[in-house]
Amino acid sequence: MSESRHVDVQYLTRVEGHGNIVVNVKEGKLEECRLDVIESPRFFEGMLRGRSIFEAQHITSRICGICACGHTLASVQAGEDALGLAYTQQTKKLRELLLHMEILDSHILHIYLLVAPDLLGVKSFVPLIGTHEFVVRRALRMKMTCNDVCELLVGRHVHPISCIIGGFTKIPNAEEIKDMLGALYVMREDMEATVALAKTLKFPAFERETEYVALVSDTGEYPLLEGDIGSTDGVRLKKHQYKKLSNEFIVEHSSAKHAKCSRESYMVGALARFNLNAEKLHPAAKKAAGELGMAPKIFNPFLNTAAQVVECVHCLEEAIKILEDLKQNGTDQSEEIVVGLNERKTIPVRAGVGVGAVEVPRGTLIHCYETDADGKIVNADCVIPTSQNVNNIEHDMRKLVPEILDKTDEEITLMMEMLVRAYDPCISCSAHFLDVKFVDR
Amino acid sequence: MRKKRVAFFDFSCCEGCQLQVANMGETLLDVLELMDIVEFREVMSEKSDSYDIAIVEGSITTGHDIKRLKKIRERAKALIAYGSCAAIGGVNGMKNSFDLNEIQSYVYGDKADWFPTIKTKALCQVVDVDYTVYGCPVYLPEFVKILKYALQDIPYTVKDEAVCVECKANENECMYDKGITCLGPATKAGCNSWCINNGNICYGCRGMVKETVRNGSMDVLKKYDIPLEWVLGKFDMYNKPLEDEVEK
Repeated sequence: MSESRHVDVQYLTRVEGHGNIVVNVKEGKLEECRLDVIESPRFFEGMLRGRSIFEAQHITSRICGICACGHTLASVQAGEDALGLAYTQQTKKLRELLLHMEILDSHILHIYLLVAPDLLGVKSFVPLIGTHEFVVRRALRMKMTCNDVCELLVGRHVHPISCIIGGFTKIPNAEEIKDMLGALYVMREDMEATVALAKTLKFPAFERETEYVALVSDTGEYPLLEGDIGSTDGVRLKKHQYKKLSNEFIVEHSSAKHAKCSRESYMVGALARFNLNAEKLHPAAKKAAGELGMAPKIFNPFLNTAAQVVECVHCLEEAIKILEDLKQNGTDQSEEIVVGLNERKTIPVRAGVGVGAVEVPRGTLIHCYETDADGKIVNADCVIPTSQNVNNIEHDMRKLVPEILDKTDEEITLMMEMLVRAYDPCISCSAHFLDVKFVDR
Repeated sequence: MRKKRVAFFDFSCCEGCQLQVANMGETLLDVLELMDIVEFREVMSEKSDSYDIAIVEGSITTGHDIKRLKKIRERAKALIAYGSCAAIGGVNGMKNSFDLNEIQSYVYGDKADWFPTIKTKALCQVVDVDYTVYGCPVYLPEFVKILKYALQDIPYTVKDEAVCVECKANENECMYDKGITCLGPATKAGCNSWCINNGNICYGCRGMVKETVRNGSMDVLKKYDIPLEWVLGKFDMYNKPLEDEVEK
């Protein structure tokens, strides 16, 4: 078939941040296929220089409103690593709880408000208020619950307040734990309905095998807060070796850097985690995966949304497990951290390098800080999930476009948008952390 | 009364303030009844060319941003600067403490020219702003209040009080009594002392109060022997752009 097509989507909607899609087909031949990241660069890495390591969490949380808790957790982990500071079991549990809420909240937003409208043939969730009011209400209710739990746990979900280097400035008391637990028990019914809804959604059929990257570990836990970096191509790296993973490079059409590891591109996120660690999911999540007909490895990127549904079940059940444990054994309020530690020099500072690697909703997030002897940041580097995925998305596009050339321009455009949305890109994040130090490259 | 046409826009920011809207839960559906949302890129594909109220998040960091913001202003009857990035420049403004060329090449190396940037500006440094919602992120009860004023065309000004006023009402132990410095005495109230309620200090995300109250806060700083420079240094996390000249 000999035809020419041009797709030009300006200001891609229902994604976080600013991106354009450009596809150019001339006489049946794909000439150009790009995901332009046009987000204004924000220079966070540059701005961190000279700041106290104890301020890093407050500042880097502001990279992204959706994954603020994820950035917070990666930041405190990197800061503690640089300072050589260990954290307690209780802190670990509370951080895991926070991460489960973060992933749950973000996935719900993506599944219901950003992806479902495409699969139901409307332009946004607004028309769904008329046709599917109970579904919209359920989504908003589930989001609200995550928000309420985060409010009790860290003050708020967008830019958490109490989660800092060393632990928490406010530790939830027995009553707050009871309230959180109650809210999550109630959410179980909505979660069942979410899995049931996911079963009715028809995802586009398309496959492209790629390398899948996520945290891996030798324990039985589904690794989210801690672990090594692993891939389906057999890569296993300590978090300090993260540069060997991303091999970042810069392209002119994107203020988000591109990444590749063992082959031309790789994918991070819910589907990558599922492909690497599915056997470690909570039994209820495994059951949900079975109901959705999912078994690793899955090569269809559109099913990233289905993998998010599975992770929602996992995060809800794991959060309940943590809270039941805290309810039974109580919380130790004496572990409460007094803010302003750096002023009073309670924690000794030192020159060093620290790395934090955490699985956030969209994939593996890495923060790395180098500090001087006064605990001031001299260099900062971050590897953002979406910038790791952008290269993989473009390779998917290059395979997908020739397969759907018989469709109308509108259909091709929608399909491209859906593909990008399936990755749940967080473009503002990706552009905020462009590291362009060409050393060791 | 005809429903007001409301549109959301974002410039350089984390989009967390827009996300606060989705965090209203089912109350959002009641709020939506009061207006027609005609554009909201983060969650909608619909677009529009005219609106009564433009709610604008983010700060201005490129030449293209200036043009786009001016166009939004032309089409909107009222403009709300939404969140600290829009209201006072916010964290993006920390960049203004550095030499622009230096920070560009630190981040983009020899490819710096590909990604042009200008000094970070708050919206009011580029266009006229009718309503301002401070906060990083915005405090939802305050936003809903200001939105109600805007929907009825009634002017609204944030009270010139310090965070301490709300903090005292919340019966928090004063950070200064714990030997910790906090920006509460010099920061605009309206957030219900959100951070201090949760054991952290005030970082000044809502911007500085006007002269009279700041004089009061100088007394506090004197009492505890806190150098003013330290406080101003802390304020440069959010307030840097407002130190520059307005170029409308």
